Amino acid sequence: MSQVLIVIALAAAAAIAAVVALYNGLVRLRNETDNAWAQIDVQLQRRHDLIPNLVETVKGYMRHERELLENITKARGAAVAAQGVGPQAAAENMLTSLLGQLRVAIEAYPDLKASANVLALQEELASTENKLAFARQYYNDSVMRLNTKIESFPSNIVAGIFGFGKREFFEIDDPGARQAPAASF
Amino acid sequence: MWEQIRSNRRRSVVLVITMALLLLGLGFVIGEASQPGAGLIGLVIAFIVWSVMALVSYYSGGNILLAFSGARKVSREDNPRLYNVVEEMQIAAGLKKTPDVYIIDTMAPNAFATGRDPDHAAIAVTAGLLAKLNRDQLQGVIAHEIGHVRNRDILFMTLLSVMLGAIVLISEVFLRKLFFFGAGRRSRSSNGGNQLQIVMILVAIVFAILAPVLGQIIYFAASRRREYLADASAAVFTRYPEGLASALEIIAAGSSEPIPGVSRATAPLYINNPLSRSAVGLFSTHPPIEERIAILRGMGGSGEASFKAYQGAYGNVTRRASNIVPQSALGLAAAPLRGAAPSDDASPRKAMREAYNTVRKANRYTFVDCECGLRIKLPPTYRNPSVTCPRCGTQHVVRKP
Repeated sequence: MSQVLIVIALAAAAAIAAVVALYNGLVRLRNETDNAWAQIDVQLQRRHDLIPNLVETVKGYMRHERELLENITKARGAAVAAQGVGPQAAAENMLTSLLGQLRVAIEAYPDLKASANVLALQEELASTENKLAFARQYYNDSVMRLNTKIESFPSNIVAGIFGFGKREFFEIDDPGARQAPAASF
Repeated sequence: MWEQIRSNRRRSVVLVITMALLLLGLGFVIGEASQPGAGLIGLVIAFIVWSVMALVSYYSGGNILLAFSGARKVSREDNPRLYNVVEEMQIAAGLKKTPDVYIIDTMAPNAFATGRDPDHAAIAVTAGLLAKLNRDQLQGVIAHEIGHVRNRDILFMTLLSVMLGAIVLISEVFLRKLFFFGAGRRSRSSNGGNQLQIVMILVAIVFAILAPVLGQIIYFAASRRREYLADASAAVFTRYPEGLASALEIIAAGSSEPIPGVSRATAPLYINNPLSRSAVGLFSTHPPIEERIAILRGMGGSGEASFKAYQGAYGNVTRRASNIVPQSALGLAAAPLRGAAPSDDASPRKAMREAYNTVRKANRYTFVDCECGLRIKLPPTYRNPSVTCPRCGTQHVVRKP
């Protein structure tokens, strides 16, 4: 009789240990995903901060590009205001493509291209876009791992009990945006 | 990535234990050889030597290595581009803290990573690396080093190198002692255990000669494997294997100038072996660089950046079936490869000047820009309050930062 009790106790202990391990694994993945999203936020914020500075610096030189600069300022405003993963991704993609146009436009102004100030700003902006791309890549990796874990047996049971939800990918619609942005000029 | 680190860690533990057994066995045999029954004392002494060295290396191994190579810490202001590239790769790898960045004053292009864990990591690059690589290539090299940090190679390699150091030290002390004093003392002892004692001494001599060799084979085999894995990580992080591949070409072509503070024990830490360019086989610390390049370029065919693509290319190039990438990493997400960043048309002279300026800034030089276009660089030892421009003769007031 006591042997049966011991076996039952051992089985229960093993089951609890397994649940704890699965739960901790899920928590770790969820934290990783949250951190990855926070990193994207940091880079978006940084980009929003850099843009007015860049526009201000190049405005004086780029008389023929007034419209482009206005569009960039508008797109920035829209990106700052965007809420939720989907709309934000769309607004940021718009901004990315406009900044690409600005980069090409700057090529036509030799004075501007050579200015140390503009060069430093461009390096910062290019690197921020790189960081954004890498942060997005890491975020999507984390989301995929989390979602796979939530769907697959046996962690799906634990995920169901404790209410772990699947996350949304940070999608890019524009295939051109997949290309990491220009790094140097 | 987590599964991969864990599988890496298991393998590391096995290697570290093998190395520790080698070290303790050496201590025991030498103890027995010095005096029957003293094996335990020898074992304890070997353990103490190892613990002291391991503790020192755990807490300051990275600093010692950086000091040996004369590396200087680089701030964001000293070289924004280098710093940005490191941050980009930190983000790609999902590390929480940006490693410290150091620069070494030599034109030989090379780099290494060191430290205890991802929160206490440092990456050092040479001035030659900065001068000769474009941004994509620099990114590839930094990604390789971040790969070492991410895969927890840095602590493991430091630990192994310390144990190898302890083994070499103990066998050397024993062999020298035997050579100078051993024979004399042995002839005076005349008790019954003599026969056995002589056998023990012979065993100890063989062991003392073989242990460092064995240790080196373990160490170098481990480091070679880790180079492949760090290359694979770099390709996954950057999604652009060609960057690292062409960087390796440049590094292989230009490593004639010596790097300060490189020894047999620290060579495996660099991205490419700074000591020799020809050694292949059991004693080479790195896989042949041509092979690494061919594998990275072979990934292009699959069109995706993943550990699986690297493993496939590895099999195609080397015709070896061994698994370089842990099984668990093969199923990880595959991102499409990206194209090259538009090339920066910086002239080689300008790149060279910028690299040296970074070294000077890291060494706390003061920069004074003259109206004639000359930039006067003053070493920190320059004490005068003013300086005369050597080209146009203008007087400048020196403002130390």
